[in-house]
Amino acid sequence: MVQNNTATSVPRKFLAPVWKQRLRTAWRITSSVVVTLFGLLALTFFIGRLLPIDPVISIIGDQADQATYDAVFKKLGLDQPLYIQFYRYISDVARFDFGTAIFSGQLVIEDIKRVFPATVELSTIGLLFGALFGVPMGVFAAVYRNTLFDHFVRVFGLIGYSAPIFWLGLMGLIVFYGWLGWVGGPGRVDSYYIGIVDAVTGSILIDAVMADEWEIFWNAINHIIMPGLLLGFIAMAYIARMTRSFMLEQLNQEYIVTARVKGLSHARVIWSHAFPNITVPLITVLALSYGLLLEGAVLTETVFAWPGFGQYLTNALLIGDMNAVVACTLLIGIIFISLNLLSDLFYRVLDPRTK
Amino acid sequence: MKGKKTADERSSYKDSWRAWLRAEIAYSPTQARMQRLYFGWLRFIENPMAVIGLAIIVFICLVALFASLIVPGSPTAQELEIRLTSPSAEHWFGMDELGRDVYTRIVHGSRITLLIVLLVAIIAAPVGLAVGTVAGYFGGWIDTILMRTTDVFLSFPGLVLALAFVAALGPGIENAIIAVSLTAWPPIARLARAETLTIRNSDYISAVRIQGASNWRIIFKHISPMCIPSVVVRITLNMAGIILTAAGLGFLGLGAQPPSPEWGAMLSSGRIYMFESWWIAAMPGTAILIASLGFNLFGDGLRDVLDPRDE
Repeated sequence: MVQNNTATSVPRKFLAPVWKQRLRTAWRITSSVVVTLFGLLALTFFIGRLLPIDPVISIIGDQADQATYDAVFKKLGLDQPLYIQFYRYISDVARFDFGTAIFSGQLVIEDIKRVFPATVELSTIGLLFGALFGVPMGVFAAVYRNTLFDHFVRVFGLIGYSAPIFWLGLMGLIVFYGWLGWVGGPGRVDSYYIGIVDAVTGSILIDAVMADEWEIFWNAINHIIMPGLLLGFIAMAYIARMTRSFMLEQLNQEYIVTARVKGLSHARVIWSHAFPNITVPLITVLALSYGLLLEGAVLTETVFAWPGFGQYLTNALLIGDMNAVVACTLLIGIIFISLNLLSDLFYRVLDPRTK
Repeated sequence: MKGKKTADERSSYKDSWRAWLRAEIAYSPTQARMQRLYFGWLRFIENPMAVIGLAIIVFICLVALFASLIVPGSPTAQELEIRLTSPSAEHWFGMDELGRDVYTRIVHGSRITLLIVLLVAIIAAPVGLAVGTVAGYFGGWIDTILMRTTDVFLSFPGLVLALAFVAALGPGIENAIIAVSLTAWPPIARLARAETLTIRNSDYISAVRIQGASNWRIIFKHISPMCIPSVVVRITLNMAGIILTAAGLGFLGLGAQPPSPEWGAMLSSGRIYMFESWWIAAMPGTAILIASLGFNLFGDGLRDVLDPRDE
């Protein structure tokens, strides 16, 4: 969304009252979100229609007689015109009814509820690693510009951008699990621990603590550390690069010179004068990298046999289970839009210049 | 202008290309264009990382062109008695689970990777350019519809959208190329629209319009050519991402299908044996890393040349 810069150039009295401006902004954001959501629905509907596999045959099998075929064909609403089918699709989605997943035999929405927390847990750990290392790296790269450290951060970031994450995962498994045995292998916990703690929150780390099963907790940590660090590395590359360029912009400002002339310590100039000014754009970057991590999770989960959303989507893709594919795609799209919207709102609330 | 050139100057240009390229005043449009390219090139080679990137790309192109000369064997030839043997002097990167030489397969796989990148660029760039220029030139509801569509495509992570399309179209390399192209055009459309907005109201467009040129003629003959340089840069910057997405599709079994020596697909077939025979998975992955690193370095250098804001 484009920032409105008129406030700086036009005298205040010529502008509409503040509440009117805010209302207009709110209306613009809401309408754009609604339109994008509608487009999302249309696109996923279209993807569902492209399918070369006959949806009727995938339900009844190719041995069924013509009468059964016709009955199911009617029941699915395939005899109706497209716009009625689209209307039915939207109303199904509004009721969270995505139909039954063929390979699990359960409702798609139930499946997603089961697998989604595992992905959220993994992505959150990844984002934590990414922010924890990426932000300081970016800040120091900007402060010590063109030094060895800066070049190191740049090369590190370039590898993060360029390496296929599934390959890094496989190499990590070979070296740290296969050869060295430092970390747990595929899955969320060792197989004999599966199903011992009840899935209350869905996050196995929190669930194990709540059930007072510390052995399982440490085992889960051992399993999450590799995929978490890997996703963190991908996020770190992006976060460090953005932090560096935000910081450079601040360090060139005159108030930094003033602060230095006043005799403030080096650390104080960086952390309590320059850094607070980049927190707002940084939050946007963090929100966007969370979206990146969800994408990375699809491949990472396949490598680490992580029973999450990405693995579910991949399995559904491989057997052409369109109900599940459409639901997963729609869900990821909605998460992406929400993340964008959230970061936009953060920007407006936290940055006084947008008021 | 040609008359102003003295005989003296003309002979000195003949003597040295460099003087012709460095002349303070360009005497022809060709010379001006060449000078711009030359100074851009000088800026480009100042950046060692970018030169490394270019070298990697040239290297991969050469390998792809002369693949059958570099490795005479077929990428699908099998020697089952030495399957899964580790890297050696005869078989540099070892043998895979079906007794195929991994080195031969990687060399031939470079063709597939370059083909995917080129085809995606050829499909996505014109589509993005057309959508962006039309939206930017006409404005109004055409702009709203086209840009909202673009936003919808942009609201998915590239890989997930490509996965969904491949699921609907069916696995295979042709469908993978179509799916990746479908995810690659929206950023280009946005860029072309932004460029069009700055060009649309310029005097030369008004002049063409007064001469009676139709809207379509203006868009495709007078606006699109102006957008092409930035579109080319943008697609170059995106090529690393295209390589990674295509390899990801291959890895998940939805892109190129075995026995094709596509790098992502090779990686995925080596997975079962990876703990005993690390080279089956390690080698193709390194190839993907190097290729995408090359395009990333080159793209960064190119952007610095054309957009020197960072300096």
